[in-house]
Amino acid sequence: MTAPLLACRNVTLAVPGRTLCDGLSFDVRAGECWVILGPNGAGKTTLLATLAGLRAPAPGTIALGGEAISSLSPRVRARRLGLLPQDTFDAFPATALEIALAGRHPHVPRWRPEGAGDIATARTALAAVGMEHAAARNVQTLSGGERRRVALAMLVAQDPDVMLLDEPTSHLDVAHEVRTLELVAQHARDGRHAVVMALHDLTLAARHATHAILLSGGAAATGTARELLTAPRLSALFGQALVEVAHPRGSAFLPG
Amino acid sequence: MLRSSPWPVLAALACAAALVVAAALAVGSVDVGPGAVWRALAGDASDPASAVVRELRLPRALAAFAVGGLLAVAGGMMQVLLRNPLADPYVLGLSGGAACGALAALLLGAAAFVTPAAFAGAALSTFVVFGLARSDGAWSSTRLLLTGIVVAAGWGALIMLLLALAPDAQVRGMLFWLIGDLSGATHGTQALWVLAAVLLAALPLARDATLLARGEVTAATLGVPVRNVGLALHALAAAATAVAVTVAGSVGFVGLVVPHAVRLVVGNDQRVLLPASALAGGTLLVLADTLARTIVAPAQLPVGVLTALAGVPMFLWLLRRSPA
Repeated sequence: MTAPLLACRNVTLAVPGRTLCDGLSFDVRAGECWVILGPNGAGKTTLLATLAGLRAPAPGTIALGGEAISSLSPRVRARRLGLLPQDTFDAFPATALEIALAGRHPHVPRWRPEGAGDIATARTALAAVGMEHAAARNVQTLSGGERRRVALAMLVAQDPDVMLLDEPTSHLDVAHEVRTLELVAQHARDGRHAVVMALHDLTLAARHATHAILLSGGAAATGTARELLTAPRLSALFGQALVEVAHPRGSAFLPG
Repeated sequence: MLRSSPWPVLAALACAAALVVAAALAVGSVDVGPGAVWRALAGDASDPASAVVRELRLPRALAAFAVGGLLAVAGGMMQVLLRNPLADPYVLGLSGGAACGALAALLLGAAAFVTPAAFAGAALSTFVVFGLARSDGAWSSTRLLLTGIVVAAGWGALIMLLLALAPDAQVRGMLFWLIGDLSGATHGTQALWVLAAVLLAALPLARDATLLARGEVTAATLGVPVRNVGLALHALAAAATAVAVTVAGSVGFVGLVVPHAVRLVVGNDQRVLLPASALAGGTLLVLADTLARTIVAPAQLPVGVLTALAGVPMFLWLLRRSPA
């Protein structure tokens, strides 16, 4: 069996005064779609930052394709793994196309400009998030949801082996929420990529996830979505009674 | 702001630069015709105007161009590092630090160490402002500006102290550093080489710098070595400011106004913005200095007065527009 795209071994996450989780280990393989669920402040963003190599796990190791993340050059790492952060900055004017094209950075040699192929990839990525009409627009003039989709287009254009997404559907209307998660899940389903995302919508999580990480107050559970995305587990996780309503398109979770 | 070839903009800026420098050589207390300017540059020493052009106006124009270019490039880099269009070497106290270093070197009689001392002052200011203005990994405009203003005020106090301690004969020469004046500027050619070197060092990092302006997390996950690129940009901005201050004293607001205006035309791609800012900054300062020495002729204004008069309203306008 080949090395997992992303391997997390004995990772402890701690912020000053608090341990968020202890001895977390899991393997993300091609074709898998992982969701990270947990109440506010449980450490979902911290876990994603650690998986992305932005924060050193203390202790523990993160490996990409069998190689320690700390041993990879920034460019190689950026081809294997990309992150959609919770918030993005638009301090300066830039067109939506320029932002999508920024995703090509790790693929373009330092001394060369972006080629026609990169521009085509960026345009395809904008089309995938339904923003192709805004390619020439300054993102500072776009709405919050539209900016979010442009930020996602950057990650799509980056085309990393593993996509990490921190609440990809924040600011999105229901139609784009559904469409965005379809797009992300499709990325994993092609069998060469994998997805790890923090989500708040349990129903959409249940529809797309193959695996889950439940984070809550110092403890973490990992496993398949079938084992973990159940009303009793989720009720205990959030401290809120939830009932599962079965439907042909997947389960829905309603407050009990 | 659709991506298009940067060459037309750069070519237009280069033409404007050449025209403004030519005008700077032609006008003044003795007006020299275009033909005479050309002959003087070609090395014809028979015309008496030739000496004025070659010995007085050309060095001053070159110094003005270099200083304007250096300040604009330093401002552009600081705006990337702080992710804030209000950053500028003058507003954030780098110029004050450089001036203070230069004055201290002069007062101690170490004239040979003026440039290194200016660099040390600018670098110290960079560390203080960038170190203190940071909260929770994000830059906030308020905190940044307050830190810059307080650091600049601190340098101001030290400068007053140095002036109070200085012998009367030195004070007038020292005031030069504080106002920003090109009337006695020397080393313009060397400053131009520094400008070229700073641009050459920055351009390979320009694509990384563009991403850095979108946030450190985004840049890092796109494969930018954030720490190294940041350190390199800090060092280049401090060096550019220090050289500009040693040549012309603290000329304010060029680093603020120029990258902002250029960004409106070419966007924030640093591969275009940095060279375009260098050309536009140089052109603007040559123009400002030519005005400064002609509008109230035979008296000459220090160029720093003009740039501040234009820069302050611009800064306030930007501050009103920017989100808190």
